[in-house]
Parts: sequence; C-alpha cells; structure tokens
Amino acid sequence: MDSNVPAILRFEDVSLHYGPTPAMDHLSFEMRAGETRIVFGAAGAGKTTLLKAAVGLVKPDSGRIFLFDEEITHLQEHDLFDVRSKAGFLFQEGGLFDSLTIAENVAYPLLNQQGRAPTNGTNGTEEKVREALRFVELEQTLEKYPDELSGGMRRRVGIARTVVTAPPLVLYDSPTAGLDPITAYTIVALIVKQREVRNMSSILVTYRYQDGHLLANFRYNPNSGRVEAASQDHSGQEGFKTTFMVMEEGRLVFEGSETELRSSRDPYVTKFVKR
Amino acid sequence: MEAFQDFIILSVQAFRNVFRSPHYSSDIFLQMDIIGVGSLPIVMFTGFFSGIIMGMQMARALAMYGAQGQVGQIVSITLVRELGPVLTALLVTGRNASGIASELGSMRVTEQIDAMRALGTDPIQKLVTPRLIATSVMLPLLTIISDCIGLFGGFLMAASLMNITSSEYWTTAYRALAYNDVVQGLLKPLVFAIVIALVGCFYGMRTAGGTQGVGRATTKAVVVASLWIFVLTALIGRVFVFLT
Repeated sequence: MDSNVPAILRFEDVSLHYGPTPAMDHLSFEMRAGETRIVFGAAGAGKTTLLKAAVGLVKPDSGRIFLFDEEITHLQEHDLFDVRSKAGFLFQEGGLFDSLTIAENVAYPLLNQQGRAPTNGTNGTEEKVREALRFVELEQTLEKYPDELSGGMRRRVGIARTVVTAPPLVLYDSPTAGLDPITAYTIVALIVKQREVRNMSSILVTYRYQDGHLLANFRYNPNSGRVEAASQDHSGQEGFKTTFMVMEEGRLVFEGSETELRSSRDPYVTKFVKR
Repeated sequence: MEAFQDFIILSVQAFRNVFRSPHYSSDIFLQMDIIGVGSLPIVMFTGFFSGIIMGMQMARALAMYGAQGQVGQIVSITLVRELGPVLTALLVTGRNASGIASELGSMRVTEQIDAMRALGTDPIQKLVTPRLIATSVMLPLLTIISDCIGLFGGFLMAASLMNITSSEYWTTAYRALAYNDVVQGLLKPLVFAIVIALVGCFYGMRTAGGTQGVGRATTKAVVVASLWIFVLTALIGRVFVFLT
C-alpha cells in the first residue's frame, strides 16, 4: 500500500501483562487507511486485548499506541471519547444493552456519544437507525429486545450499531465465533459489504481461516447486491489491502499477505491456514 | 486498601460528573422512579408498623410510670432521629443497592460497560451519577414519608390503648422535635443515600467471574452498605450530641 496513505493505527513496542501472563509482548505494527487486517491466534493469544488497547479500553504496561495520529497511551478516560468516536467496536457477543430495544441500541451512539454533534432531531436519528438496520437486513426487529433475537441476529445488530455513525475504522472481535457456517458467512459478507460501501478500514479478530480468505478475496458488487470473488467481475477494481497477522502468547509471530501466510512453514502459523 | 482507593476515585468522578456535561436527565428520572416510587410501598408499610410497634411497647412501659402522655414525644424523637432514617435506608439498601450492583454487574460481565466506553460514553457519567443523584433526592423524601406514617401508626396505638386524644399526641410529638433533630433526620438519609448508591455502583462496576461474580457483588454491596449505615448513624448522632 502507498506509504503516503496516513497510518490510522500504530503500535510501538507495546506490552501488557495480566499477572505473569503476557497479553501483548513487545507488539509493533502499523495500519494504514483503507487497509483490512485479519488477526489469527489461539485462545489467550492476546487478540481481544490488542483490539481493546487500540481504542484505549485497556492501558499497556509499556510502549506507545497512536490512533488517528494521536497518542492515546496515557490519555485519561474522558479525553479518549473524542478519538473513540472515530472507531467502531463490535464485541464478541455483540455487547448489546439488554434493557434497550434494538432501535434504542442502534440509536445509542447517535444520541449518547460524547463530543458528537447531535443528529438533526428525532427523525434524523430514526432514519439513520432504520438505514443501519436495513443494511444488516433486520429492519423488522426495531421494537424487539436483544434476548428475543438469535446469536447471529444479535451480532448483525451489533454491526449496525457499530457502523451507524460511519466510523473510519471498525474493530471486530471474533464476530463469527460459535456461529454455524451459514450465519458466519452472512456476518463476514456484511463486513465486506460495509467495508466497501462505507470505505472503512477494518481489523477482524478470528480463528477461522475462511473469514480472512473471504475478506481478502471477495468484493461487494453493488449491481447484484452480492459478495463475489474479486477475480470474476472486479479484477480491475482497486482492492482493499488485506494483511494477516498471527499472535502467539502476546507476540506477533507473523505479518504479511495471504500468499505469504499460506507459504509459511512456521508450525504455529500453519495451524490457522486451511489448505 | 486498593479497593478503598478505587472507591474514592469512583466517588470523586461521580461527584465531579454532577457538574459536568452531558447530563443524562432521562436516566436520572428513570432511577428516581425505580428507587423512589418503587420503594414507596415497602417504606410506607415498614414505617407504619414501626410506629405501631413503638406505640404499643411504649404504652406498656410508660403506663408503669403514669407517663402515658409522653408517648407522642418518644415516638417522634425516636422515629425522626434514628429509626426512620435507618430503617428506610436499610430497606432501600436491600432493594436498590442490590439492584444497582446486580444490574451493573451483569452489564460488566456481558461487556456492556466496555461497549459503552467503546461507543464514546463515560459509564460513570451514564450509570453512576444518575443513580447517585436519584438516590440522594429520593431517600430523604422516602424518610420524611416513613416518619410521618410511623407517627400516624404511633397515634393509632396511643389513641386505642391509652385513650390519648389526637391534639395531645400531635402536640407532644411536634414540641418534642428540636431544630437539630430535624436537621439530623434529613442529613442522615442524604449521607446514607450517597453510601447506598456509590457502594452499589462500586461493587457492580468491578464485578468479575460471570454470574457467580454478579451474586457475590450483590451480596457485598448490601452487607457493606448496611454496615456503613450503622457506623454512620452512630457517628452523625455523636456529632449532633457533641454540637448540642
């Protein structure tokens, strides 16, 4: 990717320990605007901690983190809200507020985000909520509560809430974990669709190779409204650069393209590649 | 020690947010409804029967000294200074400190609080400060209602067991109260309210360990808040004795 493209997220030698266990061990990488990053790793490898540290939800023991060119490493909670409003975060189980309806959940960032200019009246908010839910094909669930939806539907609502403010960067924490293959495909297809329709940079934490492969090689076709293999109709279209990362016990043990990932001989890295 | 430091930090942030935008007024009114209106029946019931029991016991004790006429005075002082604020606070602790701790604890273990932070909202501003304001407004009001109903319960016993007239009961009850009794009776629920809200929020916000952790947080919140209520009522009572 063009080095003139600004870095939107940078980790410089970041370490964090939970007790004696390292969650991030001298982690360094740089992500540029328009890029998609896929993070693989076993349970406890530090993937979720990486995402949380990226938006200041956890503080590193050492190292520096830059988000949208602003160092967030030592920012106080209150000073983080502005920069956080530029990054969407989808939690593993959706993180929906169970006492709010689906419409209220999706409207939440529009109405409550500190530092955000208020949306134009109730109608403006309602229209944005409907649009976001239409995007994930759940417009009919407006008045339902999260516990009335299936796991896959809750994550789709989570995606709608994450992207309703159109943040330039979205972080997905294992959005397909525990889902059947069909629902998992639907979720990743939605991520591909929103990435390209809204031109968002994304980091996706997963342990499923298929998710990364889909994001790296498939594109959303606005004419057919479907996600299709990039080589078929979109070979000439400029793609979103996809970088794969593999974490092991807090360390970044691999960073590169899908081709490089597939040709890696590292026994740990190869466990995440479906050949 | 670390927990106490965390509690102080949370308290300072919660109080600072009272004067800081944004103010989530709809959350404050919702909590006022849950804490205040929701606790009203049980507070009225307890206040009424504490007045009745006190009137009944005092009728026997005072009859031994031929001082039945003082029943209004004794019921009034005991209720306004101590029993009203403490009983009401303990009821609200059982009902609301546990409710706050379990609600916030569940939000904690299901990542809803982290989601709130990630969505750019301060959870202390959104969750703790509205509960602090709502409890601080509603508990003194509940205590006043409890005191009044308790006095009425005492009157029913005084009238039925000791044939004391309405004017005699209410006059002695009213005259027994000095300025510092009323101040004490209103200051205590305000201090208790702050303790109930902050202790409930504190244990809720630091819940860990899944659903079992939520249960533990709820129990701790009720026990710790109840203990503080007893300690503080003794301390405030001592200060007022010293001042007068």
